[in-house]
Amino acid sequence: MMFKQRTNLWNNFWVYLILFTLVLFFILPMLWLVIAPFSSKASLAVKITLPSLNNFRELFKNKIAILAFKNSFIISFSSTIIVTITSMLAAYALSRTNFKWRSTLLYALLLFSTVVTGIAAMVPLFVLNLRLGLIDSYLSVIFVFIGGFLPVSIFIIKDFFDAIPKDYEEAAIVAGSTPSQGFFRIILPLSQQGMVVIALYIFMNTWGSFLMPFILLRSVNKYPVSVAIYTFFTQEGLPLLGLLSAYSLLYSLPVIVLYIIINRKFGFGFHGGLKG
Amino acid sequence: MFEGGIILSKKRAFLFILPALAFVTVFLIFPAIWAIYIGLTNESLTGIYGLNHQFVWFDNFIKAFKDPWFHSSLQISFKFVFGSLVGQAGLGLLLALLLNNKKGILKELVSNIVIIAWIVPGVVVAYLWVAFLDKDFGLLNSILGILGFARVNWFHTLPVGVIIIFNTWRGTAFSMLLFMAALQSIPPSYLETADVIGASGWRKLRDIIIPLIKPQILTDLILLTLWTFNVFTPFILTKGGPAHMTEILPIYNYRVAFMGIGRIGQGAAISTIILLINLTLALIYLKMLKRK
Repeated sequence: MMFKQRTNLWNNFWVYLILFTLVLFFILPMLWLVIAPFSSKASLAVKITLPSLNNFRELFKNKIAILAFKNSFIISFSSTIIVTITSMLAAYALSRTNFKWRSTLLYALLLFSTVVTGIAAMVPLFVLNLRLGLIDSYLSVIFVFIGGFLPVSIFIIKDFFDAIPKDYEEAAIVAGSTPSQGFFRIILPLSQQGMVVIALYIFMNTWGSFLMPFILLRSVNKYPVSVAIYTFFTQEGLPLLGLLSAYSLLYSLPVIVLYIIINRKFGFGFHGGLKG
Repeated sequence: MFEGGIILSKKRAFLFILPALAFVTVFLIFPAIWAIYIGLTNESLTGIYGLNHQFVWFDNFIKAFKDPWFHSSLQISFKFVFGSLVGQAGLGLLLALLLNNKKGILKELVSNIVIIAWIVPGVVVAYLWVAFLDKDFGLLNSILGILGFARVNWFHTLPVGVIIIFNTWRGTAFSMLLFMAALQSIPPSYLETADVIGASGWRKLRDIIIPLIKPQILTDLILLTLWTFNVFTPFILTKGGPAHMTEILPIYNYRVAFMGIGRIGQGAAISTIILLINLTLALIYLKMLKRK
């Protein structure tokens, strides 16, 4: 009995030591983001100086910085809203009808969305937008995001619809409501959680996205934050670290806040194997 | 009495699917197929082939296979994917095992930190690592300095190592969450029985836990391979340098297609190769899904 306790203690020591090391590995690189923005003389070092909000004051005077935040919101919001609506419509049809090529369509969606990543398709996507005359417009980025995020959203929301028994709408129809009433009065309220999950999933993913705006946008005043952050350099090519760190922190806040909300409300875990 | 069509007529179902299908067809399926065609032309962003390009058959593919930078980027991609795979799946499993029976603040704290590293925008993560690894001011070298080690220019000494560790740091959360869910599904009685017969922690891991979560491990590995192969964030950290040493295939593709005169045709040929590699990985993954 005594022996068993000692091995437990010894095991616990190792468990906590490894955990501590892992925590250090993950937390040390983050320190800069928490400390540098409030430093009066920001550098690449993690140094605690007298706290100051100067960097943020400077940042709010920077027109490009403010504009980029607006651009990021425009791009992420529009993509999120359009994907959420169109994916819910499509998923509802795929969940409630059984036409001949339904499974083929689902398989094709799954296959193409797995194979065709933004990276693999950066060249044809650029050429497509060039031919459509969309280069350097928000629409190019928004359309590419919509096409890219739709399949995943359809699969997530379809899982939610599949879990709602068909009897509900059938009963409603028998009682005299129209199919669209069935959708709006029965399905929508019951699948609210799914709707919120995909909306947040798309918002968080498009918010941080770099490659597509980087390739498709040309004018500085259209850049979202992920690309505009590149412009914070002095004329000598040195990064303006005060601005940069403050900006990085502000840019990260929306996703961190959304994460906290999801975690509180639903628990952050796996929905059908996807993040959400 | 009620078959398929009662809730939604076929016509209405089609109308419901149409908007999504249109977006997916134009901005996802069509570009992939078009890449193959562009890859067979000598289109360029600027210069004489900007406007009237010609069909050159497989010239771009032959050129790619003759280009030493293509081969080196393939090799770097392979190292990058393999290293990240070991790092992410390894750390993810380790974290899931260590946190499995823990409760309360410790588990919350550790998993939240790992997840925040995953959800913060890639550009921010890249800057964090630029600061952390900086030769003169970076926190890592400062700590090593206190411990009596010399300063290291990490980006020059260990270029591929840097992007692997950077990517591991960023992506471990996915494996951790997947394995946490998998471990929850193991009936506690299995492990209790093992305790009764006095099995060591290692034996429990090897003989009970690993075999039981094998499907999740395989899923994790194949998805990580696919995702890591399709990652562009190292570009923000290193721009592919120094001296092309961190130029993974996506960065090579970007450089060929958009830098210099912008060899779009050549770039599309490389895109086609990436698409084919993705297709192979995706088919393996879908086959595994079906078996489950």
